[in-house]
Amino acid sequence: MTENIHTDHAQDDQNLWGGGKEPFKASYGKLMMWYFLISDAFTFSGFLIAYGALRFSMPTWPLPDHVFESIPFYEGKAPLIFVTFMTFVLIISSVTMVRAVQEGHRENRNGVVFWMILTIIGGATFLGCQAWEWTTLIVKENVKLTKNPFSRHMEDGVYLNEDGTVAMLDGKEETIKKGDSYLIHKHGEEFSLRKYRVTDGPDKGKVKQLSFGPKAFGALFFFITGFHGFHVFSGVLFLAIIAINAASGVYAARKNGYEMVEKIGLYWHFVDLVWVFVFLVFYLL
Amino acid sequence: MSGHLTYEESKLVVFKGLRLLAVITLLEVFIALIGNGHIINGFHLVKWIMYPLMISLSLYKAYFIIYEFMHMKYEVKTLAMAVLLPMTLLIWAMIAFFSEGNHWFNDRNYVRTADKIEVKESITPQGEHKEPVLEIQDVH
Repeated sequence: MTENIHTDHAQDDQNLWGGGKEPFKASYGKLMMWYFLISDAFTFSGFLIAYGALRFSMPTWPLPDHVFESIPFYEGKAPLIFVTFMTFVLIISSVTMVRAVQEGHRENRNGVVFWMILTIIGGATFLGCQAWEWTTLIVKENVKLTKNPFSRHMEDGVYLNEDGTVAMLDGKEETIKKGDSYLIHKHGEEFSLRKYRVTDGPDKGKVKQLSFGPKAFGALFFFITGFHGFHVFSGVLFLAIIAINAASGVYAARKNGYEMVEKIGLYWHFVDLVWVFVFLVFYLL
Repeated sequence: MSGHLTYEESKLVVFKGLRLLAVITLLEVFIALIGNGHIINGFHLVKWIMYPLMISLSLYKAYFIIYEFMHMKYEVKTLAMAVLLPMTLLIWAMIAFFSEGNHWFNDRNYVRTADKIEVKESITPQGEHKEPVLEIQDVH
């Protein structure tokens, strides 16, 4: 450095103007990816806050372990099993992603491509599962954006047949307990809005009909899981592009420990993280 | 870059992470199912035991994913703070608004019971007397 003290500072500032000192010791690309992830976290939190505030305010909101009971290839009820499987798929794909990043740090091109392909398969499996879930809800259970046949009983009662007699199920009266979730089934073009008689509470003795559940259910579910699914889809696309680039040697030439793989790895883990919270808020709480 | 871990050690951390996340997920689902009576018929847990348990398990999963998988443990501390502080505030916001929704639930109950109370002086326009009936489809 020069002998004169005040020119020292001038030299330093000129050096900084020329760049070369990374804030947070992180490269530009990595830092920008983190900033994007923070902004995306705000977006998802906004949606989950809207969902949560509405959901907990409505007594007729159907319980998730009643709505999400179907699994492929099985006709019975398996509450929450399928979404647990989807969670495992994403967790495993996150693990394969970390392995890809580790192989990138060793400049091991084949290792990177291998583990990235496994991650892509995981992501695609998740998308397939989500598509199955949506199809079941829309086609079999008739949940639409503004119509929701899932609801909850607000009082005890007993179902009635068309002629007014008490409905029987397996030899016993088909009773209703307050808080039970129900689904209005559709036969052909018509929803069967079954009648029931209230057996307790201030409306005792009245005959009522099943009513549809909170309208917000469909819109919130499809929009939030759709938005997350869109992130998984774009993640799979980016993973494919970067895997192809890695295989062609683009990143080997940069000699930076396959930093691009690390950056897309951050995005992929974020997608997994969002799913952890969507899974918690939508299916567990 | 996990500077102080060897390649072999890093691989072990990853698979330990897989087992950890898998076990915690199963635990969360188990709590949800047992609390809603699916495992032992008729058995119910109160919400204020189930919810804090499931939320803290999920937060632990999030901590693990961010710190190990996303490498935050090995980053400069100020970067970690720049990311984690907003995310912590978001978690707070979420919990606060869920609780708010619960307050609206209680308010609805209060309004509904208040509607059913017989009033001596009529404050509605004179005409056909209508009993308050729960006739609104999806908003109670």
